[in-house]
Order: sequence, then C-alpha cells, then structure tokens
Amino acid sequence: MDFPEDLHYTQEHEWLRVEGNDGVVGITDFAQDALGDVVFVELPPVGATFAPGQAFGVVESNKTVSDLFAPVAGRVTAVNHVLRDEPELVNSDPYGAGWMIRLALTDREQVNRLLYADAYRTFVAQQRT
Amino acid sequence: MSGYTPHTEGDIAAMLAAIGASSIDDLFAQVPAGLRPRATIDLPPGLTEPELRARFEALAARNAGGTGPAVFLGAGAYPHWVPTAVDQVLLRSEFLTAYTPYQPEVSQGTLQATFEFQTFAALLLGLEVANASMYDGASAAAEAVLMARRMLPDRHTVWLSRALHPHYRAVIRTYVRGLGDVVVREVPFAADGRTDLGALEGDLGPDALAVVLGQPNVFGVLEDVAAVAARTGAAGALIITATAEPLALAMVRPPGACGADIAVAEGQSFGLPVSYGGPGVGLFAARERDVRSMPGRIVGETVDAHGRRGFVLTLATREQHIRRERATSNICTNQGLCALAVTAYLSLLGRQGLRALATTNYRAAHAVATRLEAAGVARRFDGPFFNEFVVQAPIARWEALVRDGVVAGFPLARWYPELDDALVVCVTEMHGAADIDRLVRGLAAPAARAASG
Amino acid sequence: MLLDEPLIFERGATGRIGWAVAEPPGGGQDGPALPPDLRRDDDLAGLPEVSELEVVRHFVRLSQWNYSAATTLYPLGSCTMKYNPVVNEALARLPGFATLHPLVPDRLAQGALELIAGLEAALAALSGLDAVCLQPAAGAQGELLGMLLVRAHHVARGDPRRRVLIPSSAHGTNPASAALCGYQVAEVAVDARGLLPAAAVAAAMDESVAALMVTNPNTLGLFEEEIEAAAAAVHARGGLVYMDGANFNALMGVARPGDMGVDVMQFNLHKTFSTPHGGGGPGAGPVAVRAPLAPYLPVPRLVRSDAGLAWSDDAPQSVGRMRSFYGNFGVLVRAFAYIARLGAVGLADVTRLAVLNANYVRARLQGAYHLPYDTPSLHECVFSDRHLQDSGVSTLDVAKRLLDYGFYAPTIYFPLVVKGALMIEPTETETKETLDAFVNALLAIADEARTDPALLRNAPHRARLARLDETRAARRPILRWQPR
Repeated sequence: MDFPEDLHYTQEHEWLRVEGNDGVVGITDFAQDALGDVVFVELPPVGATFAPGQAFGVVESNKTVSDLFAPVAGRVTAVNHVLRDEPELVNSDPYGAGWMIRLALTDREQVNRLLYADAYRTFVAQQRT
Repeated sequence: MSGYTPHTEGDIAAMLAAIGASSIDDLFAQVPAGLRPRATIDLPPGLTEPELRARFEALAARNAGGTGPAVFLGAGAYPHWVPTAVDQVLLRSEFLTAYTPYQPEVSQGTLQATFEFQTFAALLLGLEVANASMYDGASAAAEAVLMARRMLPDRHTVWLSRALHPHYRAVIRTYVRGLGDVVVREVPFAADGRTDLGALEGDLGPDALAVVLGQPNVFGVLEDVAAVAARTGAAGALIITATAEPLALAMVRPPGACGADIAVAEGQSFGLPVSYGGPGVGLFAARERDVRSMPGRIVGETVDAHGRRGFVLTLATREQHIRRERATSNICTNQGLCALAVTAYLSLLGRQGLRALATTNYRAAHAVATRLEAAGVARRFDGPFFNEFVVQAPIARWEALVRDGVVAGFPLARWYPELDDALVVCVTEMHGAADIDRLVRGLAAPAARAASG
Repeated sequence: MLLDEPLIFERGATGRIGWAVAEPPGGGQDGPALPPDLRRDDDLAGLPEVSELEVVRHFVRLSQWNYSAATTLYPLGSCTMKYNPVVNEALARLPGFATLHPLVPDRLAQGALELIAGLEAALAALSGLDAVCLQPAAGAQGELLGMLLVRAHHVARGDPRRRVLIPSSAHGTNPASAALCGYQVAEVAVDARGLLPAAAVAAAMDESVAALMVTNPNTLGLFEEEIEAAAAAVHARGGLVYMDGANFNALMGVARPGDMGVDVMQFNLHKTFSTPHGGGGPGAGPVAVRAPLAPYLPVPRLVRSDAGLAWSDDAPQSVGRMRSFYGNFGVLVRAFAYIARLGAVGLADVTRLAVLNANYVRARLQGAYHLPYDTPSLHECVFSDRHLQDSGVSTLDVAKRLLDYGFYAPTIYFPLVVKGALMIEPTETETKETLDAFVNALLAIADEARTDPALLRNAPHRARLARLDETRAARRPILRWQPR
C-alpha cells in the first residue's frame, strides 16, 4: 500500500498536497481499498468554504457511503469533474487523477496538525488489527 | 395443527432431540415468564377451506362489486377491463412468491420485468428515468415533494393545486409534517376547472420549492401543464405532476414533454382491479441528472461474468439499508407485483391497443356529457377533459339514483364544500349502453326527462 | 429453462395488435377534439406491438428465471417467506371485493367494512393494543406512521422532542423513518449477548428523547429480555416505545407487545400473515396503538353505528393520510383469510413451529458456521463467515453457492452488528426433510470452502446468469430501454 512522503494525511483517510497557497485533497490508497469499487463521488460547488473536519462531499462504493472531510479550512477553487464520469479513477490513481477538490488554504498553520506518511502508515496498521 | 404446517409428532420429537430441548415450550425460556400467560390469543377457532370460502363469499356479497349497481365512479380509482392474460401472469408463483431480488442471478425474471416497467413509466410520463414503483399515486406525489426538497434545500414553500386530488394533497401534508420546515399552500382553481394561473403567478416567490398539480386533475379537467411549468420554472421552482388516470396519457401530451421536472402517476388503471382502493402502484419518473435524488428501488442493466446481459438493483446507496437515516426515502418493500401487472398490461395493449382504448374512453365520456347537457344537466367546468367530468345536479337526484342501483358519480361537496350539487362522473369502456341510459335518465332535469319520455 | 428472452420492447412488429378494443357503447360520437397543444404528438412510439401469445410467453419465460417460495426454500431472514395459501388468491379475486370501487356509499360496502373491522380487531387482540389502522401500504410506511404518531403525541404536549433511540441491530428503515419525522437518531449498542441492555436505554434517556424504536424479537432473532425495564425507563422520562413488528411471527400466543410496554407498533401482513411478497410488494403495514395515541391515527377512521359501519373524517387531531383510500385492501383480504383459516390455535402453532424450525437449523449448523451470539434464538438464527475466512471465502460466496444447490440465499450482511452475517429464517411451513437438505447443503459448502474455494468464489454455476457486475451498473447507469 502506497503512502507518498510528500502528502499530509488525516485519520479520516484523506490526503492533502500543498501547492503554494492551495491544497489538493483526495482519499488514500488505504481508503479506496477498504471502500472497494467506487461508483460515485459527490463534490461541492466551486466557492464553497469548509472548516477543518467538515464534510465536503460523499464517496459511494457498491455497498457503502462515506463522508469526505476537509483536512484543513479552505475555499474550493476547483473540483475534479472527471470523477463524475470516471469514478474508478479514485481506485486506480487515488493520489493522481483521482484527486477530488482544490482548496485555497485559509490558514497554512493547520497543515502542521495533519499526519506525515510515517505516522499515517502506523495509524493504518493499528486500524487493521 | 393447522393445515399449513407439516410437522408430524415424530418430526417434532426428532428436532427437539437434535436441539437438546425437551419441549417446544423450552425454546421460549428467554421470554419473561410474566408475559406468556397473558398472550393467549383471543380469536375464534380456525375454519375449514369450505367454511372460509362461504364466509368470504357472504362478505363479498354485501358489497356493490361484481354484478351490483352501475357505478360511474372514478375520482382516483378507475374501472377498466383487466385482460385474463394479465392476471394469469400475476398468478405465476415464481413472480407471486418471490421477494425483492437481492440475489440477481436467480431473480432475473423480476428484475427484467421491473426494467421494462421503468421503461413504460418513463415513456408514458415523458421523462428520462423511472423507479421500480412507489406505494400508490398519492404517496408517490409526497415522495416527489421530498425529492424536490433534496434538490432545492434552500426553498420551503410547496404550492398544491386545489384541483389536485384531495387524498394526494393530504398525503403530501402528512409526509412533510415531520420535517417541520416545509410550508404547504394551495392554489385555487378557476372557472374552467383548471389551476388558476393568475393566482399562481402573483404568489410564487423566491421561497417556492415546487408546484404540484393533477393531470388530469380531480375534476377530470386537463391542465395546461406547459403554461404552469413556464411560470414555475421562471420562479426557479420545480413542477411536479400527479396523474390518477394514466390512460389519459395515451392521448394527452405527457408531463415531461410539457416541462415537468418530476411526474408521478397511479398505475391502477393499467391491469389492476379497483379492489376497494388498493393495492395500486405509484409510477415515479424524473430527469436522468436528478436520479441520485430519486427515492425507491431502481433496476439497471449490466453484464454477468461471461458478458451476458442481465439486470440488478442499482444506485442502492441512496436507500435506507445503506444510508439509513440519510436515505432518500424509507421505502423498502414497494408494489412489485402491481408493477408487473402494469408491465404485462401495457405490453398486451401495446401502442395500438392503448391508443384505441384511450380513444374509446374519451369518446364514451364525451358522448355521455353531450347527452346529459341535452337533458339539462350542465357541466360545471368547461375545461377540456378525458374520461371524467363534473356536472351540476341536485344531490337528491343522486340519492334517488343510488336507491335505483346507479351510483351517478361522486358528490364533490364532501371534498369541496363550495361545490354543492356537483358530481364528478367517470365513463370508461366498462359502462354499457343500458346503464348509461339509466344514468342520463336519472340525472336529467324533470322537464327534459318528461320531454324525452 | 435457460432460454433467452429479449425485452418486450425488442419483440413484435409494427402494426401488430395484441388487444382489440371494442367500440364505445352507442357508437360514441367524437365530441370536441382535444386542443392541439394538449395532444400527445409522439404517437406512443416505443411501446410494444406484440400478440397475446408473445406477451404470455414473454412473462412465463421471465418467471422461470426466478427462485420463489413456491419453488424452493427461501430462507431470507427477517422476511418470513412462508407458504402463501393459494385459497387466499381466490378469495381476494371475488368480484364483490376486486371490483368494489372505494368511493361507493358506505352502505354498499358493508362486507368490505366488516372485513376491515374484523382484521383491526384481530390485530388488536394479537398485539394487546387498543386501536389499529390498516392504511399503511408496507412495513416502512407503518414505521413512518408510527413515528408521526409519536411526534403528534409530543407536539400535543408542547414539544416534539429531538431524538430517537435505536439499537445498533436495527433494520435500516428504522433510522430512515425516524429521520423522515425530523428526528436525530441516537444509536444504542447491543451487548455481548446481542441484546439491548435496559441500563443503556436508561442512560441514554432524557427529556429530548421522543421514543425508543425497538424490534422484538430483534434482527438477531433474539427476544429482548429486558424490554419491560427498557420501556419503563423510556416512559419514566415521558418517551414512547415503538416496536417494529417485522418479526411478529415469533410472538403469536407467546407475548403481546402491549404487555411489554410497547405504545405503538406496525405489523407486516406480507410476513406474519402470509400474503405473497410479489417480488417486492404489495405488502401492508398496519399500525396498532395504545388508546391515548388513537386520536392521531390517519383518516378516515372506521366507526360503527346502528346504521352499520361507516368511514369518518371527524378526527381533528389526526396526522392526516398515508395514501389514497383505505390501504392495500386486496392484501388485507388475504391476511384476514389467513387468520380466519388458522384461528387462535393455528396461529399459536405457527409461532411454535417457526421457532422449532429455526432452532433445528441453528443446532445442526452450529460448529460448521460461527454463531456470533449464543443467546437462545426464536424464529431466525444469525451465523457469520468467521470460520471460513482462512479459506478466503466470504458470506457472499456461500450465498451464491447455495443457489447452485437449489435454495435461495439467506439474508446476508445484515444485521450490521455481525460482520459477514448469514441470517436464516426457515419459517414454520417447511418440512424437516427440506430443512435437512438445506442444512446438508450448507455443511457441504463449508467443506467445499476448504477443499475448493474457487468453486464458491465463482458461484453460482447453475443459475441462468453468473455473477453480475454491480459496479458497472452503478458507474454507468442504464435504467431503461431506449427506442432506436
């Protein structure tokens, strides 16, 4: 299972990639594997703002529905519309083409509260036992 | 032991031995002792099959069904001939005694038939997609309002046409009760029996969530759905139509083609007996882009592991068993067998038969309306109609006719106090010439009756 | 019978007539034509043009692709797939019932009204509650009505309250119904016995809680031993107790909800009272209540006077209507026939033998399949796939393989409190021989899981179709046939 070193992680299994003043958000390899085949991703409109931990969307697999939580505060500046027609990208490329939203970060400091890859890997290992 | 349980004394002994219990009573040890003695069933002894049949035949004989009075009632339930082939399909045990198709590999019959039902519903209502059925037309209308609320969460006011069937209006009101934040208001009807467009236009504000109207409405009058849709759409609200007599849609422009966002119907006319008001079946159609807000089960096409076409329940994440308190609806069991009846009926009548039957109904009802008018019984509303219309006649004449074995429509005063001496009369292919003569004679003004001898 | 059968829309030929329609009586002059802007202009394109034989053959073939309770054991837990007596089909089709229009004057429907009154009284007697409404069209609509009554009760006292307590073992319709009434769902965990602890209910209970929604016996097939204490805790803080009666087949002659402290419940006539499930309805979900809740029941209410029975809309506190007319009357006829045929003794036998059958299956499967809760069961038993995990086989695989043995599958992955649940409800109408064959099949499958797991993972092998691609169906929905 892949947890790239350059990303920040949450215990809700989202990842955040900082790009300048923006953050790109998706779900982790562990999350997509646990969900199984993703069939639909519901994403917010551009312009919506979220507080840390607030639900910004929903990801559906065949048998489950899970909320998506904003890792940090921000305003949505872009949404991955490709997922509307190709939700399978969340399974096949969770850190790349399967990205979900781009946030203009409200407070860069909040990123420091997220998990590094090592810590997330440990957290996931505990989840499995 | 009842006839429906197969256990011999030997079976019971062997099963108890395998369980390790000494009596069946032991199996209930978990039930608190205080409850058991009070649970003695206070019901009469069981009947044999002949006794049962005699008892039910006696009950049925006290009703006006069968060869009883001539009944010119519609108003939400419509008498049409049910082809024998339709009922024969319903009696196929493989359809009758299966349940919701959770195991698609051995439920393809139900699944394919339901896919066909969804296609029929979408075609007739003129919209892109339909679900696997709702309980009836009225609860489908209520679910349509709940769907509208999911689509436009910031709007709260639902406008119901006062010419929408009162049962439909009542069910909508009941369903939105619990939500606490939906305001229900009513739009009056005009002199032609249609929803009053002028009134609607003035009132639709930025909080308008949806407008719901009947097509045809409870007076049998055909609404100008396109005109209402134009005004509703301009206000940013949704338009929902509810059709109690879907046979009309064989000749009337379908709601979807008039701009309706959600269209529902009661399917009873298509292959189900009136059965004292149920079971019927709700048809529910919407636009494809809104499908994830739709309530109820939906069947979709897919392939099996060998690439062969097959059907499955799909988009299930909208539903209660997965989304629980955040589901689009709490519906689980729907009206599967009734949807099958509709599917078989529409298959059998098909394009030609349905068109012909609608024409027959239209002509029969208009012929009766014309004769009544000639007999001095005027129509109350002059809007266009299909197989049902409102006439003005003293209630005393209606009562006298009931005593003579003719139920000459439904007295609307029970639902509309302002419409005293108004009867909504329904004429279908089921009404024979002799009964129609009795209806016309009985309702005719005394002068006209005398004149016609 | 694995013959292919196209969609009905793919059959037929343009111009073929399946059903000849008679001319209207008296020739029927045309009358004024529909205004052009109201006319349908697609000429019903897309509707089939097929013969009567084509229609009959189409549906008979489709029917042969279904497993059903009449063709095979259908041990779907929580669904009570018992025998549906065929005589009830004939009775519901008596013209005096089937062709009775719902708006005839009440005096022309006295037989139907007597039947409705009789069924209301029978359900009141069985539940130990005071008043019954037959209007709800299915169990979930009964739940919705029940919770609306709860809400009306609290509103009349000045506060609808905010929350509803629901055990973690509950069916999904329970939280969905509570949410439709504007309530937040507070989940109460079941304990290690699989039961709802009264202490947990008492701890969660306060003046913001409108009701406890509980299924008894619960979805694990276990009688809620502490139901009386739980109900007392709810009542002590002004709450009400709603019981989901989906599992009432285990209670007839054993315990009455009214005696347990239940204030309102729904029945599922298509389960306990044998009306056919119809591939997913029509059902009926009557609601029974204690007298103080009766004023809120839907209109119309049936009232008896010297002139006979009549419908009355005079109920100013009523929550309104759940559907048009009076309920799924045709379903009510079948259920009442079932009750009348069996009588008091027969109904008590139903429960005793349903519980015997479930316990027999449980005793024979225990060991080969993991039993997550060993509390004594009533009418159904719940196993899990834990013993099979080493072979890489899941509950889904067991279910699919059962189809090859000629049995429908149990309810799977429910209740959610059991991981990989297999929920088996054999019902009272199955013979010991059938149960033995079913158990033997499951035992053979447990062996196959060890010796040939691929056989399970690729099952079914003998059904019309192999496993279907549900992901594809959900990702690219095709929800109807499209005209070319």
